[in-house]
Amino acid sequence: MTTRQLILENGEVFTGQAFGSDNASDGEVVFTTGMTGYQETLSDPSFCGQIVTMTYPLIGNYGMNRDDFETINPAIKGFVVREIAKTPSNFRSQGTVDEFFKAKGIPGIEGVDTRKLTRMIRTEGSVKGYISAAGEEVNVEEVVARLQATVLPTNQVEQVSTKSAYPSPGRGKKVVLIDFGMKHGILRELNKRDCDVVVVPYNATAQEVLAYSPDGIMLSNGPGDPKDVPEAIETIKGLVGQVPIFGICLGHQLFALASGADSFKLKFGHRGANHPVKDLATGRTEITSQNHGYAIDPDSLAKTDLEITHIALNDGTVEGVRHKIHPVFTVQYHPEASPGPEDPNHLFDEFIELMNVHAGKEQK
Amino acid sequence: MPKRLDIKSILVIGSGPIVIGQAAEFDYAGTQACLSLKEEGYRVILINSNPATIMTDTEIADKVYIEPLSLEFVSRILRKERPDAILPTLGGQTGLNMAIELDNSGILEELHIEILGTKLDAINQAEDRDLFRSLMYELDVPTPESDIIHNIEEAHNFVNRIGYPVIVRPAFTLGGTGGGICNNVQELEEIVASGLKYSPVTQCLLEKSIAGFKEIEYEVMRDSNDNAIVVCNMENVDPVGIHTGDSIVVAPSQTLSDREYHMLRNVSLKIIRALGIEGGCNVQLALDPYSFNYYIIEVNPRVSRSSALASKATGYPIAKLAAKIAIGLNLDEMMNPVTGKTYACFEPALDYVVAKIPRWPFDKFENAKRNLGTQMKATGEVMAMGRNFEEAILKAVRSLETGHQHIEMKYPETLTDEWIEKRIRKAGDERLFFLGEALRRGVTIEQIHEWSAIDLFFLNKFKNIVDYEAVLQAKPYDEEVTRHAKRIGFADATIAKLWNTTDMDVYDFRKKAGIIPVYKMVDTCAAEFESETPYFYGTYEEENESIRSERESVIVLGSGPIRIGQGVEFDYATVHSVWAIQEAGYEAIIINSNPETVSTDFSISDKLYFEPLTIEDVMHIIDLEQPMGVVVQFGGQTAINLADKLEARGVKILGTSLDAIDRAESRDRFEEALHVIGIPQPLGKTAINTKDAVAIAEKIGYPVLVRPSYVLGGRAMEIVYATEELEYYMENAVEASPEHPVLVDRYLTGVEIEVDAICDGTNVCIPGIMEHIERAGVHSGDSIAVYPPQNLSQKHIDTLVDYTTRLAIGLEIKGLMNIQYVISEDEVYVIEVNPRASRTVPFLSKITNIPMANVATKAILGQSIIAQGFPTGLAPIKQGVFVKVPVFSFAKLRRVDTTLGPEMKSTGEVMGKDSTLEKALYKGFVAAGMKIEDHGSVLMTVSDKDKEEAIALARRFTNIGYSILATPGTAKSLAAVGIQAQIVGKIGESSPTLLDVIQNGNAQLVINTITKGKQPARDGFRIRRESVENGVACLTSLDTAEAILRVIESMTFTAEEMPKAEVH
Repeated sequence: MTTRQLILENGEVFTGQAFGSDNASDGEVVFTTGMTGYQETLSDPSFCGQIVTMTYPLIGNYGMNRDDFETINPAIKGFVVREIAKTPSNFRSQGTVDEFFKAKGIPGIEGVDTRKLTRMIRTEGSVKGYISAAGEEVNVEEVVARLQATVLPTNQVEQVSTKSAYPSPGRGKKVVLIDFGMKHGILRELNKRDCDVVVVPYNATAQEVLAYSPDGIMLSNGPGDPKDVPEAIETIKGLVGQVPIFGICLGHQLFALASGADSFKLKFGHRGANHPVKDLATGRTEITSQNHGYAIDPDSLAKTDLEITHIALNDGTVEGVRHKIHPVFTVQYHPEASPGPEDPNHLFDEFIELMNVHAGKEQK
Repeated sequence: MPKRLDIKSILVIGSGPIVIGQAAEFDYAGTQACLSLKEEGYRVILINSNPATIMTDTEIADKVYIEPLSLEFVSRILRKERPDAILPTLGGQTGLNMAIELDNSGILEELHIEILGTKLDAINQAEDRDLFRSLMYELDVPTPESDIIHNIEEAHNFVNRIGYPVIVRPAFTLGGTGGGICNNVQELEEIVASGLKYSPVTQCLLEKSIAGFKEIEYEVMRDSNDNAIVVCNMENVDPVGIHTGDSIVVAPSQTLSDREYHMLRNVSLKIIRALGIEGGCNVQLALDPYSFNYYIIEVNPRVSRSSALASKATGYPIAKLAAKIAIGLNLDEMMNPVTGKTYACFEPALDYVVAKIPRWPFDKFENAKRNLGTQMKATGEVMAMGRNFEEAILKAVRSLETGHQHIEMKYPETLTDEWIEKRIRKAGDERLFFLGEALRRGVTIEQIHEWSAIDLFFLNKFKNIVDYEAVLQAKPYDEEVTRHAKRIGFADATIAKLWNTTDMDVYDFRKKAGIIPVYKMVDTCAAEFESETPYFYGTYEEENESIRSERESVIVLGSGPIRIGQGVEFDYATVHSVWAIQEAGYEAIIINSNPETVSTDFSISDKLYFEPLTIEDVMHIIDLEQPMGVVVQFGGQTAINLADKLEARGVKILGTSLDAIDRAESRDRFEEALHVIGIPQPLGKTAINTKDAVAIAEKIGYPVLVRPSYVLGGRAMEIVYATEELEYYMENAVEASPEHPVLVDRYLTGVEIEVDAICDGTNVCIPGIMEHIERAGVHSGDSIAVYPPQNLSQKHIDTLVDYTTRLAIGLEIKGLMNIQYVISEDEVYVIEVNPRASRTVPFLSKITNIPMANVATKAILGQSIIAQGFPTGLAPIKQGVFVKVPVFSFAKLRRVDTTLGPEMKSTGEVMGKDSTLEKALYKGFVAAGMKIEDHGSVLMTVSDKDKEEAIALARRFTNIGYSILATPGTAKSLAAVGIQAQIVGKIGESSPTLLDVIQNGNAQLVINTITKGKQPARDGFRIRRESVENGVACLTSLDTAEAILRVIESMTFTAEEMPKAEVH
């Protein structure tokens, strides 16, 4: 196998073997601690522009299958693992990660001390990195200088959002799903509940959204900094108070910003399938799937009409808010799971219920 | 919810003696639980009959009772202590069953004692097959087609409906006792009969066999606020069909996609919520490899062996937190003790692979059935961690200490292809090694998959290992190749073999090339949060996280997997040594490979390295830590065996020097030393062939004790009485040669005495002397030991003290030593000296309050016994009588002969203590699981040489109203002296035969002494096995029989008629 390197902006170099595409790639290097679910992870559009390292060392064990994609075209910039399986074993497996990455032009590097990389990110925060082309003779100093000077693109949402609206029909509640980089899981959960969904681009206006006469609006997850999507914030401002809204991840952050709150960048984010979140109303804690690098500043909520409903048990960061007046609730984590635990799956039911209640009120 | 303030005192029930299916993991769980309850301010009362544990140390609980775990004794303690609550879910099945019995008896209600943790009705619902099945039905959780049966007819009906194969699972038994897979009528009848017998409620579950499915386990926890988490999931390399305790297991699961993982996670959590578990719980599932179909296999509503494994595999201390849940705390109120910064309500993320391999006792029991099935046979297990599967599994292989360094058989050239196929198809303890051979012979993984149903993922990994052998062989001393070989776990010994050199040469080459391991932390969170847990494993990666501290350190070697002859008592000594090192102001570092133990709890030592106890793995740590020395005398033979190799590499052995160890262990040097010191030993010599042996035996006189001077796969000691027996032994049992001589010693009949002593180089402290009930010839570990000795004259005691002192000084012991003596014809002889901690250390420490391992460790570190404030010479004798009674696991091991002899067979022990010998023995027998009836029948069948003694026993039995059943020969001898016995036929004679009597439960005791010739076909063997299968105590030593008789006598009044007045 050909060697290749992962070079970080702090000058650290990891040498390993190439898999997937031979091409080089730049991105923000982040880690995720989920032990299963690499297929969902590498196809999660929220990772757009990022080089992802999996902390679990054996990746690709059960191969790639047709069912578990979260998007059609993965948006990650690279994949860093300790060991990539050459001979997967699972009844659904249709190929290896390597084959898939080759087809999609995504570079991967294996043989890396991913724990060392993770500890570095934990201490120093997320860093920019470069995955060299397979077999490339790298001038480390040059790469580091370039990385330090590079401003990573901020239009990730634009990159991964649908270009035009499309329906995913059902016979139940009419939901407009604003796609900021939607995981298929969200659509699947709505369809499972028989929703009649229309997926619209991230820059759809409030008017365009309301033109579908929705019973409710779903704000999807998505990549990057919520402040990079001001048009969405504007749209949401125009939607609050019209119909029930449920937001997930970036959708949650955008809603909070639209309500006057502020966001900040976490040192190294929350990425994994084992994050405890406490529901302040019930006092119960659920294990959730998370993938976010930004969070809502709790102090900034004071001047808004929002209240905190959920917090991360470990660092106390905001994991969910609700509008005190209007039927809107949003969470920072992923109730659609895939990958990860399905503990908060009931939130989709609550959304349906909220739409039912709201429809009832309307009729009165 | 905050912790409960309405309860003040809690009684914790331990798990009793170590038996197969219930081992050291409950010492770990119980110790954690007690300490964690104390930490919360509760008064903790502990009851456990097992003295060889840390949990029965007086520091662990406020009050410790080493008493039998029986309704009678536990009730007495409840009445005396009046605790507010009991916590039964941390003492294994024994603890749970005890709680159920207590509850049924009404005493809990009477004394208003609450049961903490999972409620009894939930336990019942999880354990009663019928209730469990209906719950699963309600929850819409699939279970394999099954039926509860209470007799063989019902079993036939089920099979007629479902067909073979079916699995038999007896209700309420531990380790699957009495169960198995049946493929035909014969097996069905045999296994169902035994299953019904072992189930305390005479109930078995018959189940459609789903052999071949993936076996997946989830270790889950739930609190009273309904927070529920998965601590760890595990995948068995061996598919469904083999008890998980006998399976090779990896964590986390390797072949499950996220959907499969969470499907099974969801159902596991659903079940524990429905059951209302409050604490830890184990859920076992079977997953179809070709679909999303799954079945729930079973649920253990308590901490278990698997939870100990999960705790060590993840770092997450399940038992500790389960205890806190029991007193009302919620998971999201407690900190994760590993990070100290995050909460316990989360699911650990691993960034390494964990492999567990069971340790089976087949090296000791060559005649045992080696097949594995639903009844667990392993006595212990090893765990290893690596950054890939190959590394983890190969590290685990060399942790086993079975002579395997690699996935290969010891003499592969002797194996036919057919044999290899057979041993892969039918799982046994050596399947992993046969797999290696098959791959080496070019068998495809698809073929092996067809034979074994082992997932191709694992087979591919095994193939990677085998394939790399050729690469290594082709490129000796190639740095890149070597680096890769080490990354995938190859031992230096394996590489050396391929390169035709020594492992030391490979080690030196690697060191020069910089191919050395780094140590990664086990932190529960895959490095996401900063942790300070000093818990490490070695791997070949870039970054080392184990930083040597400035403090001077001492490394203690643990004792590896629990096996017969090396049990939990060595872990006890190891832990005490660690504490003593810390008290003496040094940093204590421990290396061990056993996930079940207290010593591998990261909170015990300053640093824990979870690594194989091989010279290579130990040296890596020594290279890094640069300790002032290594302590080897507490880790049993495992640690002692490393001493010479360590010294050869310039490592300082603390305590008794290597030379002194050798002097005590090498036959010739020992004899010489004894001669110099002036202490007699039984006459004996070494023989290198049959002729020599016979000549020696004739010279010193029969009977003689023969044994190999080297260890070879459990070939053992025997007592032989005649030339032809000796010849048979020399030809068949050993391969004598000049390098491997056979020891032939005069076998002295007499009282066996065991003495433990501590020596600081100048002073000798003898905490106590123990007398064995069984005469010399029965292994000391299988004998009942009594403290203080009951039948020794002061003269002999003085001699024993004198000899022990002289031996300790003369053999230059520094630390602990153990000596076996025999007193024959009024003369004291020394049989054996072990220059290390022995199995009686915890027993004696607890009796005498002299913490022997602690004192010895400090003596090793330079503090004299006197300076430590302990007496020299024989310590003052404690009040009362204490007995140590061995416990066996024969019921789990088919075809093993139960006769006691020079080779150890017991798996655990209990302590009985009271004011008289009889009372102490009674407690000991009861604690060991024996039923002592004050009336009944005793079946006697004894060899000719024992007839005289047997007659005396028989007379005493009849005097207390027991009736005697005997075979014609024995009955005739009894009749000759006027003792009436009912004659029963020998095997094959007209009924009722011996076997009928045993099977029908017509005898409460069987006394059977061995007739010579060890062929299992003999009647004696059948009698002994039949007794085991039917749960009847079978005594093979007249001394044990006499002890029981004494107990019964002391319980009963005599029934002798008044002397008739003479008629004048």
